[in-house]
Amino acid sequence: MTDQTTAEATAASIPTGGRQRAFTEFWHYYSMNTGAVIGLVVFTALVLVAIFAPLVAPHSPDEQFRDALLAPPAWQEGGRSTFLLGTDAVGRDMLSRLIFGARFSLFIGLVVVVFSLTSGIVLGVLAGYFRGWVDTLIMRVMDVILAFPSLLLALVLVAILGPGLFNAMLAIALVLQPHFARLTRAAVMAEKNREYVISAKVAGASHLRLMVKTILPNCMAPLIVQATLSFSNAILEAAALGFLGVGAQPPTPEWGTMLATAREFILRAPWVVTFPGLAILITVLAINLIGDGLRDAFDPKLKRS
Amino acid sequence: MLRYLLHKLALIIPTVFGISLAAFAFVRLLPGDPITALAGERGVSPERYAELVERFGYNRPYVVQYLEYIGRVLTGDFGISLATKRPVLGEFQALFPATLELATIALIIAVLIGIPAGIFAAVKRGSWFDQATMGVALTGYSMPIFWWGLLLIIFFSGYLGWTPVSGRIGLQYFFKPTTGFMLIDSLISGKSGAFRSAASHLVLPAIVLATIPLAVIARQTRSAMLEVLGEDYVRTARAKGLAPRRVIGLHAFRNALIPVVTTIGLQVGTLMAGAILTETIFSWPGIGKWMIDAIAKRDYVVVQSGLLIIALIVMAVNLIVDVLYAVINPRIRVQ
Repeated sequence: MTDQTTAEATAASIPTGGRQRAFTEFWHYYSMNTGAVIGLVVFTALVLVAIFAPLVAPHSPDEQFRDALLAPPAWQEGGRSTFLLGTDAVGRDMLSRLIFGARFSLFIGLVVVVFSLTSGIVLGVLAGYFRGWVDTLIMRVMDVILAFPSLLLALVLVAILGPGLFNAMLAIALVLQPHFARLTRAAVMAEKNREYVISAKVAGASHLRLMVKTILPNCMAPLIVQATLSFSNAILEAAALGFLGVGAQPPTPEWGTMLATAREFILRAPWVVTFPGLAILITVLAINLIGDGLRDAFDPKLKRS
Repeated sequence: MLRYLLHKLALIIPTVFGISLAAFAFVRLLPGDPITALAGERGVSPERYAELVERFGYNRPYVVQYLEYIGRVLTGDFGISLATKRPVLGEFQALFPATLELATIALIIAVLIGIPAGIFAAVKRGSWFDQATMGVALTGYSMPIFWWGLLLIIFFSGYLGWTPVSGRIGLQYFFKPTTGFMLIDSLISGKSGAFRSAASHLVLPAIVLATIPLAVIARQTRSAMLEVLGEDYVRTARAKGLAPRRVIGLHAFRNALIPVVTTIGLQVGTLMAGAILTETIFSWPGIGKWMIDAIAKRDYVVVQSGLLIIALIVMAVNLIVDVLYAVINPRIRVQ
């Protein structure tokens, strides 16, 4: 009974009021960063657009208007108001494809982060908690993964698994995962010998409980920041794989894949190249702004100044 | 220092072993098989197939194949490309200077612009210059560089007609490569206009490849400078009445340089990954494009040895960075 209460008290279980206060304080620091707030607004808008894509998009992303091949954007000469951002080589509405493309990019980011975060945390906690040969084995494997340029490794993995969106996501998750493992390991090692952990251990907490409930919650801040960065990285890498022809396959309206098919028209119809890339840039920039904001809000050193 | 170096080298050995094992395994996991890839469209008779399998040793146990491969690599034999029938090492040596030249120019651009921009941003913290620089840096960091390359082509090659779209030099210039660096070779050749042509081919790919490292270096320099500028010894130097230029340049920057050097070293991996995209867009005949083509053509030998060589280069550079780090920061050595 006493064991239970000691462990509970040390398990960083802040009362609800405290948690709310912590969030208010966090939000205070986060909202001081204008860029971060803009990033959050843009990102929220993108998420809403992605969710309600069928309602927002003026046309179906796959519908081909044979009378409007490569129609320029509405404000240019020859543009039509029904195709605000113009049409592509087979007469599909660019805006509608971009709107549906947001679904893919955000989904890719989410899946990759969930995959790499979970596996990275598991490996990092194991390595940092047990040390010894477990640590050596796990970290050497991470070193090997990191020694290959990320895109090259992802390309080879996709060649092994076969091209396609799901395999591309798996490959990217594997490539990004060592960063989480390293971060978690470092954080766990820093926390492991702190007094609250030792007291929980003395109180009889099991390995699993120590790892998951006692130590891990105190390592979350750097992981959240890294997760944000990986989210944007995943979108970029997936677009790059799509661009190289091994990611999502046409006619999927994934932004990178759209760019790949648009390449041959770059001088004739610049808009088919401009807008998908702009969509990638805006999305990634918004997420990176959020990441910077989170990092600053979490970092007590920067708070002082 | 020597002990530090030996310690670092000892740590690398298992990683090098892991890299070679991974490169070997990846290629065995690729769908299809090398003999069929070698035969191409015409195919091979079952007898010939068996003979080739026997000749290349693909029927032996993986352990034997792996050890043989490592044995050959240690003697400098990286195998023969299935597609071109030429030694992989020779192909690599012919193509690597193109990538090295591109990456070097890109890194020079990134350092020459990124470090001063980062320093000024830190010194003028909160000013419009700081905000603009960091805004641009974050945009560069978020840039899909394959799209950025296409935009530059649309504007500079298509609209203005200033730069060529692909290759390393105009087709009218032909000379034997001496150094492999087109900028230097074109100067040596003495042909008028050759250097100009080489430079105009290089400028867009170099800008594209420099984009992300430039952004990273500017951001890192700024935060390292900010940290150092808050230190007591900088305040002391200022209080002594030293000129601000001297305080920033001599006292602050030298210490801020330590994390910046590490960051620059870590860009090598980024440059290699970026080279794959940049070389694809600009048809630049370097090792990034070489690897892409090899993967697409299932040239197993090139993929395996190329992966190994590239990873070893990245590792070697990281080791050099570690050592440099110890040279500029004595505290590391003592541990």
